Amino acid sequence: MNTASPSNQSPTVADTFLKGIWKENPVFVMVLGMCPTLAVTNSATNAFTMGIATTFVLVGSSTLISLLRKFIPKQVRIATYIVIIATFVTMVDYAIQAVSLQLYLALGAFIQLIVVNCIILGRAEAFASKNSVFQSILDALGMGIGFTVALLCLGTVRELLGTGSLMGMRVFGDAFEPWGLMVLPPGGFFVLAGWLLLFSWWKRRSTTEAATAGVAMQRTGSHEI
Amino acid sequence: MKSDSLAYIFLNACLINNFVLSSFLGICPFLGVSGKLETASRMGLAVTFVMLITSGCASAINAALAYLGMEYLRLICYIVVIACAVQLVEMIIKKFSPALFRAMGIYLPLITTNCAILGLALFQTAKQYDFIQGIAYALGAGAGFSLALVIMAGLREQLNLADVPDVAKGTALSLIIAGILSLAFMGFAGLGG
Repeated sequence: MNTASPSNQSPTVADTFLKGIWKENPVFVMVLGMCPTLAVTNSATNAFTMGIATTFVLVGSSTLISLLRKFIPKQVRIATYIVIIATFVTMVDYAIQAVSLQLYLALGAFIQLIVVNCIILGRAEAFASKNSVFQSILDALGMGIGFTVALLCLGTVRELLGTGSLMGMRVFGDAFEPWGLMVLPPGGFFVLAGWLLLFSWWKRRSTTEAATAGVAMQRTGSHEI
Repeated sequence: MKSDSLAYIFLNACLINNFVLSSFLGICPFLGVSGKLETASRMGLAVTFVMLITSGCASAINAALAYLGMEYLRLICYIVVIACAVQLVEMIIKKFSPALFRAMGIYLPLITTNCAILGLALFQTAKQYDFIQGIAYALGAGAGFSLALVIMAGLREQLNLADVPDVAKGTALSLIIAGILSLAFMGFAGLGG
């Protein structure tokens, strides 16, 4: 949303925001926060709600932790972070319950389990505790959007294959036989494995292309991947 | 079997609704610590122990908060208690068995952010188990977690010797195995009727 204006001033601001979406995507690149990723992506609506809720908690806790970073003693910082995160999660929990009870029941305990999502504590420890408020908010927004996109990637595939609909609307005709396994637990593992395979195949192809294009300096490095 | 008998609660948490393979709780250690059979079984043991403590504390906290009418503090209390329990376990192990402490390494403090532990406390509250039922549930969940971790570690040790395509190595391969295991555990769905 606010990428356009700061990006012409300094490239680092845009980098802070964009790295969470693409280069350091929490799910596909850093493989963090796997539990909600697999558990709530049996439909695109659930995935989207979960993504938004996590983004809110991430932005809220990053802001507060960044504001308080000079006052929190080093020894008790993890405990402090967890209490701050838990406070925001309780807010989200009650908000979703008030807005849509149906959605609340579908997501079950996984809204409250946002507390132990490693992405949030990871960003608090690695970024918000060291950087200014503005940068922390940007970083949190980027990570949150990256997480939401990843959840949607899984949710849409699983809902399309598993029920033949998207966001509750039928996409395929009546002749489509739903692949029920996809909305069940094994489907989550298989679809995520598929996405990771796709990304690693793509990364591999682009590195070999770069190598054959004549990057002689990296001749030894490209063997590894 | 009645749905509130202790045996059913144990089997339900261990096999039918296995925490890792059908409720997706504790996926991070499941993928991270399942490389070697030995560390996997130790991790399972540590998690089971923390689960037992957490389950007992959760029953007490829940009763206290319900008495005070402050249920909105439940989540915050749970997470603080879990963090303290993990710290306590860490100190006890360090004191009585330094060898085990070194073997566990960084996995011990990481149990705090293991969603299986908080999930156990939340599910137990949602299902309104009493103290004894809670302990049975924690034992079942711990056993199920250890079982999944040990099976996975055994498979991965064998797979190190297999010839797999380079693209699939690492997390993707683990996830495919996890999917097949999860498929197998769906077979327990009819158990307990």
